[in-house]
Amino acid sequence: MDRNSLIEAAADERLKHASALTRIFRRPELGAILGLVIVTVFFIAVANPVMFELSGIMNFMAPAAQLGILAIGASLLMVGGEFDLSVGSMVAFAGLIFAACVVTFGLPLPVAIAVAFACAAAIGFLNGQLVIHTGLPSFIVTLAFLFVLRGLSLVGLKWATGGATQLRGVREAATDTPLDAFFYKLFAGDAFESQFAWLAAHDWIAKFPNGQPKVTGVPVEIIWFVVLAALAAVVLSRTRYGNWIFAAGGDPNAARNSGVPTRRVKTSLFVLTACCAALVAVLTVLDAGSTDARRGFQKEFEAIIAAVIGGCLLTGGYGSVVGAAIGAVIFGMVLIGLTYTNIDQDWYLVFLGGMLLMAVFFNNIIRKRVTGER
Amino acid sequence: MDTPILEMRDIEKHFGSVVALAGVSIEIHPGEVHCLLGDNGAGKSTFIKTMAGVHRLTKGQMFLNGQPVQFSSPRQALDAGIATVYQDLAMIPLMSVTRNFFMGREPVKGIWPFRFMDMGFCDRITREEMKRIGIDVRDPGQAVGTLSGGERQCVAISRAVYFGAKVLILDEPTSALGVRQTSMVLKYIDMVRKRGLGVVFITHNVRHAMAVGDRFTVLNRGRTLGTAARGEITADELQNLMAGGKELADLSSELGGTV
Repeated sequence: MDRNSLIEAAADERLKHASALTRIFRRPELGAILGLVIVTVFFIAVANPVMFELSGIMNFMAPAAQLGILAIGASLLMVGGEFDLSVGSMVAFAGLIFAACVVTFGLPLPVAIAVAFACAAAIGFLNGQLVIHTGLPSFIVTLAFLFVLRGLSLVGLKWATGGATQLRGVREAATDTPLDAFFYKLFAGDAFESQFAWLAAHDWIAKFPNGQPKVTGVPVEIIWFVVLAALAAVVLSRTRYGNWIFAAGGDPNAARNSGVPTRRVKTSLFVLTACCAALVAVLTVLDAGSTDARRGFQKEFEAIIAAVIGGCLLTGGYGSVVGAAIGAVIFGMVLIGLTYTNIDQDWYLVFLGGMLLMAVFFNNIIRKRVTGER
Repeated sequence: MDTPILEMRDIEKHFGSVVALAGVSIEIHPGEVHCLLGDNGAGKSTFIKTMAGVHRLTKGQMFLNGQPVQFSSPRQALDAGIATVYQDLAMIPLMSVTRNFFMGREPVKGIWPFRFMDMGFCDRITREEMKRIGIDVRDPGQAVGTLSGGERQCVAISRAVYFGAKVLILDEPTSALGVRQTSMVLKYIDMVRKRGLGVVFITHNVRHAMAVGDRFTVLNRGRTLGTAARGEITADELQNLMAGGKELADLSSELGGTV
């Protein structure tokens, strides 16, 4: 049989042409963007207009950025088919390691940062190896580490401080040499201060009567968040490693049969997630000048919720970094936005749960559209 | 006769005290479809997994183009040109056709750290390769989950062919498919044979085997019951061999010849 007749024979098997609308519906970020629009419209209608001035935006973007950095790691890991419930405790643990290095051991700031990242990476590696070699669900393995790391943080803090659960004096110890001061600027304070001063001088942004801009710069965590989100989004959607993440999460057996090193991919994702937690630890400890045992409490759940709002499926193999980042922004907006309204701020938790349910519901519909399930 | 691309000689595979294969020999020739038939539990799956490098042989020898070989991983077998298309594990439904097609062998361009997947190239190749087999994928970005079972098998097969397979092992590619889908896959197997590949076609459906097979080997209880070339054996004889002969004949007469 020649090829033409084959093609004719199969002509009625043809696939429908994908319309532009289908393409839009196929984007995993769709739900998050809709959510962002709804939340923005709500606060524009209800909240004090100060919220959407530059200072207000910085106010809600700072916590959003901290959560967002965690959500980037969580979403990549979820696309790779695993969870990490230990990221919140990891923030406390890495914060302790970092603060102890700076204050108790008096190490230079860059060394302390490197040690904190190395410890987090090692625990992330351990998490990954345990999940891979025991075959246990990552949910259980990392749940164990949620408690182990929180406990270690408490014990370690008491040991480092002689009985307290808070370790102070990080900022003073972290800025005593020029080298330290240089690294301090990378992880704390505001960026683009001179540009903001220039903008204020030319009346482009709001300023105080004395000529100081009301917003002195962009908090560094926002810069970290935006850069990391962009980087992770490109890696996930445009590189070979990104394709391997999708494959490892979609079906590890099929992926392995096709030559994808699923174990290495998953382990590296656990390490990456832990390093995101370490970054948040360094940023928040330097920002506050101290660390305590409650740092990062329940952040693992918020990060996962942000990832789910961003379109990640709980079963893995599908999701988006950009979506998770938008999910984190929604969080920050609601958390801080409620203070610009007359609404009791504790509604935040109610919102959290409601948003999660809606997102999962919405994601199910999307997945059915994508895979053509009925 | 030419040298076989792949020859398996007296293959034995034991799992602990269980003897899964007790001496199986077959030869795969280029441009031929070799059907491997057998009932459930006959050892078909174990046998192809030894060919594909998933299992190591307990005893026996493997020759690739006349040279003895040993595979310790699926990757090695793949690199040697032995590709396997598993019935259920072929594709990831949530990923696009393109991403599935190039999974594990993504072409990249650019210099690190700006080394990206060449999506334009991937999409073009995927569309072309699909077109060759008569599936018009206008949008290679659509998820594999939206394809029919037969189309998925065809994507998996064309992926193996595109990446230079010399021996193609198909694990029951038609067993979960409807009639029209089956004929689509069988036609494609025929096309692959004409390109000079050696095909190992595992099935327990004699009619599917007779439709495309050049050579038939029946496995029963971990042993080969013999190999026959096309024209030397009838469908009924094959069916009887597979079922262990006598019982089926008895059952067939009881049921009035419907089996």
